[in-house]
Amino acid sequence: MYRTRNLLLAAAGAFALSGCQYDVLSPAGWVGDQQRDLLIISVLLMLIVILPVLFMSVYFPLKYRADREDTSDYDPEFEHSNKLEAVVWGVPILIIVALGYYTYVYTHRLDPYRPLDHLEAGAPVEIQAVSLDWKWLFIYPEQGIASVNELVVPAGRPINFSLSSSTVMNTLSIPALGGMVYSMAGMETKLHLIADEEGVYPGRSAHYSGPGFAGMVFDTTATSDEEFDAWVEGIRAEAGPLTRETYLALEEPSMNVPVSHYGSVEDGLFGRIVEMCVEDGKVCMGHMMMVDHNGGGGLEGVGNAAAYSYDRARTIDGFGNRIELPPMESHGGGHGSDHEALNGSGAPNALAYVLAMDPNALCSPFGTQTEKETNGI
Amino acid sequence: MASEHIQPAETFSPIFGRLTLDWIPIHEPILIGTFAGVALGGLLVFALMTYFRLWVPFWKNWVTTVDHKKIGIMYMVLAFIMMVRGFADALMMRGQQAMAAGGSEGWLPPHHYDQVFTAHGVIMIFFVAMAFITGFMNYVMPLQIGARDVAFPFLNNFSLWMTVAGALLVNISLFVGEFARVGWLAFPPLSGANYSTGPGMDYYLWALQIAGVGTTLSGINMIATIVKMRAPGMKLMDMPIFTWTALITNVLIVAAFPVLTATLAMLTLDRYMDFRFFTNDFGGNAMMYVNLIWIWGHPEVYILIIPCFGIISEIVSTFSRKPIFGYRTMVWATGCIMVLSFVVWLHHFFTMGSGANVNAFFGITTMIIAVPTGVKIFNWLFTMYKGRVRLEVPMLWTIGFLVTFTIGGMTGVMLAVPPVDFQLHNTLFLIAHFHNVIIGGVVFAVFAGVTYWWPKAFGFKLDEVWGKRAFWLWFVGFYVAFMPLYALGLMGVTRRMNMYPDAGWQPYFIVAAIGALLILAGILCNFMNFYVSIRDRKQLACGNDPWDARTLEWATQSPPAPYNFPEDVNVVGREAFWQMKKENYQFSTDYQPIHMPKGTASGVIISGLALVFGFAMVWYIWWLAIASFVAMLAVGIAHTFNYHRDYYIPADEVRETESKGALA
Repeated sequence: MYRTRNLLLAAAGAFALSGCQYDVLSPAGWVGDQQRDLLIISVLLMLIVILPVLFMSVYFPLKYRADREDTSDYDPEFEHSNKLEAVVWGVPILIIVALGYYTYVYTHRLDPYRPLDHLEAGAPVEIQAVSLDWKWLFIYPEQGIASVNELVVPAGRPINFSLSSSTVMNTLSIPALGGMVYSMAGMETKLHLIADEEGVYPGRSAHYSGPGFAGMVFDTTATSDEEFDAWVEGIRAEAGPLTRETYLALEEPSMNVPVSHYGSVEDGLFGRIVEMCVEDGKVCMGHMMMVDHNGGGGLEGVGNAAAYSYDRARTIDGFGNRIELPPMESHGGGHGSDHEALNGSGAPNALAYVLAMDPNALCSPFGTQTEKETNGI
Repeated sequence: MASEHIQPAETFSPIFGRLTLDWIPIHEPILIGTFAGVALGGLLVFALMTYFRLWVPFWKNWVTTVDHKKIGIMYMVLAFIMMVRGFADALMMRGQQAMAAGGSEGWLPPHHYDQVFTAHGVIMIFFVAMAFITGFMNYVMPLQIGARDVAFPFLNNFSLWMTVAGALLVNISLFVGEFARVGWLAFPPLSGANYSTGPGMDYYLWALQIAGVGTTLSGINMIATIVKMRAPGMKLMDMPIFTWTALITNVLIVAAFPVLTATLAMLTLDRYMDFRFFTNDFGGNAMMYVNLIWIWGHPEVYILIIPCFGIISEIVSTFSRKPIFGYRTMVWATGCIMVLSFVVWLHHFFTMGSGANVNAFFGITTMIIAVPTGVKIFNWLFTMYKGRVRLEVPMLWTIGFLVTFTIGGMTGVMLAVPPVDFQLHNTLFLIAHFHNVIIGGVVFAVFAGVTYWWPKAFGFKLDEVWGKRAFWLWFVGFYVAFMPLYALGLMGVTRRMNMYPDAGWQPYFIVAAIGALLILAGILCNFMNFYVSIRDRKQLACGNDPWDARTLEWATQSPPAPYNFPEDVNVVGREAFWQMKKENYQFSTDYQPIHMPKGTASGVIISGLALVFGFAMVWYIWWLAIASFVAMLAVGIAHTFNYHRDYYIPADEVRETESKGALA
């Protein structure tokens, strides 16, 4: 079994070397390798049925054509055969059982959310990737740096991606390393990849996201550990900080953005990006969900809409330019307690309270339970 | 600023809504040229129709008809016209991608290119493929079951004109405003109010809602027809395979299209009234749209292909001079496909992050659905086995179908394996797969069916030489156009890019463009075929049974009389016409007056008002929207007071018509 597989992989490799670009067939990482193996297995299983069908599709009409010389084998009563039925149902069912088995095993093995610890390949690198209009931001939380449209990773160590988006859906796709996962605003998805060898691999967004979509490309460079550390150091030394303000400036729509870097990253910035509360005065998603879980804001909460609004400030036109809309009206909330009376119940202004909360506090997917500390709601 | 171009500013006036002159694209030379062509062509048609005094006959015999045969033909005409538009979009895309390599921007900026690929998908699926299969089911199915018309003839007319209204709305977007730039399924948040400003996305929503009403009603109509109006003696398991596939398709339509209607309605509410179904904020969830739209979308593709399976079944059987192999199995397999098509939808978004168990489940169900599909292919092959196969044009298209659809099915099962899909999702491999099954499956079967049933509809065959040319150009052109896309997909190349950095991909795109030109030549041969055959129709004339066929529709004249059959045919067993020929069956000459439904203008009027309503909603012209909506209701209600719905064809007229060439 293994020998056949190796032979087939060698054949696939030879085929791929001819173009040197068939990243799906000759990937550079374990995840991609597994996916390629599965592709070959599924094709071979299907060829068991496909090849006879293709052959018969051409052979039968020619062999049994009406103007052939000897039509003695013409059998107009031949319209049923239990034996043939058993074969045409049975063989595909067996193939599907086999393919289904492989599917189950490989789908679990290659679940994008599954960490690659089992590979025993060194300490993983955490990367938080955000798809913006129309560029990629890669935050390295452990190294405290960030880059735009450039991904550098150490070869031979797992890469743990956490993905999110600032506006619309995108997909992080690096075909040479393995598959892709959607990045969506307000949500965090995960992808685990690994680059087995050093090299430069193209990456891009693979889900259409607007006029600048074609330019959302980046190079993934897998280097040695030393080169990676040197790259990180260089950025830390020279590049400016990625704070909430500089992030919001980066978020402005732009296309075909050149590579740039940030030498430091504000704490908890990715959490705020995922929870859509980078701007001041916005309620984080986790807190919104907590409020909803506890019954919602009610009629009094209607006036707080501006604090929950996110898409409106990011409105764009068909050419990728920002459209400035007047901000949503807000006449209940705000930062102060001047409108306390409107709440009626006498309880502290719920919105101000929520806005003041630490994003890592109660109900946040990033935080620990600190109910007692914040006098819980 | 991301770009130096700016969209016209959002304005609002009570009379014109947000429509301003800025939205007329006078700065786009391609559109000016297209408009000039369309206007000139339109004027020419107008002039010819006036000169030959065709307006009144056109109105009386075509626009207001409730005859399923004429309605079927009109669906086919709509489909062919929209195919030209959709294919023009395809040529534009192939041209752009053949040029825009390694930093070059090509000739189509993203703003335009993105509308082109969206329009291409929308038009090809909704107004070409759906229109073709609806046309076939409309024309052929009532004849195959021995009925005079469908169960609800007025509804049939209405469905047609609603579909035309949707198509017109999409075409109007070319010259007034713009079209959506979101891909054919319009995923939010991109298609939401904040990220798709402008009228384009609204054109999309209203065109599909209007056309969707037509399709859903058509589905109800045809199920009622098949269930209630079969010839006496024709049990369900005696029906021709095409009628079975029509029944199964319409069950799918009735079950799936309401999901589309609801989902588009929710997106409409999001866009128009600040609802939060699919937004990022306020608790909306775009993943819900993705799920809902594909719960519709997957049955939709089976709606497209199952009638084509029926067409192929009829043709293989007739041209092999054998009954279809495994009739029961064919019926049950198609029924299995119908049920299974509702449990596979997630395979369109394995990469959205559902977790391994969910992905594995849907991957396996998708593979399971390949089994009954494969069984059908085998049954066609065994029908040819030990037959007497006539390699005429319909059979050529059929062999092309068998080969091409099979390859497409194989790539589909490859994509059904989640980890493989993680690499190939949204790549050109996916594009090549679905074009493989839609062109190889739907288009080839449609052309086979057109060639097969054309003599029945018009009384003369299509020219064989041009038919063969069209086939070979389409067949070779398809492979030249799409095999490079499979290769590009295996390189990880993504879809919907208007330009790309790697110049190494360009040769593949150039080959694909050449393939598209071959297909263009094929389409031109198709139209040439129509022209030559119509010109030479006297030489190509044929009787009621030019193919020595087996099913009941061939028992009528060519073209069939308005009433189809002079009397109810008592059917015993399958292949009713084959039995009739064996027994030398004759229609009785004791003619009776025949009860027929009358034509009506209500369908086209309500649909015209729906078009106005859609346009008004797109541009926020609220007064016009209210007025046209009220008018639609008024005309609809007025129609219910129309008691002059029917008439009788006198027995003498029946005698006269039958004497011209009945089954005698």
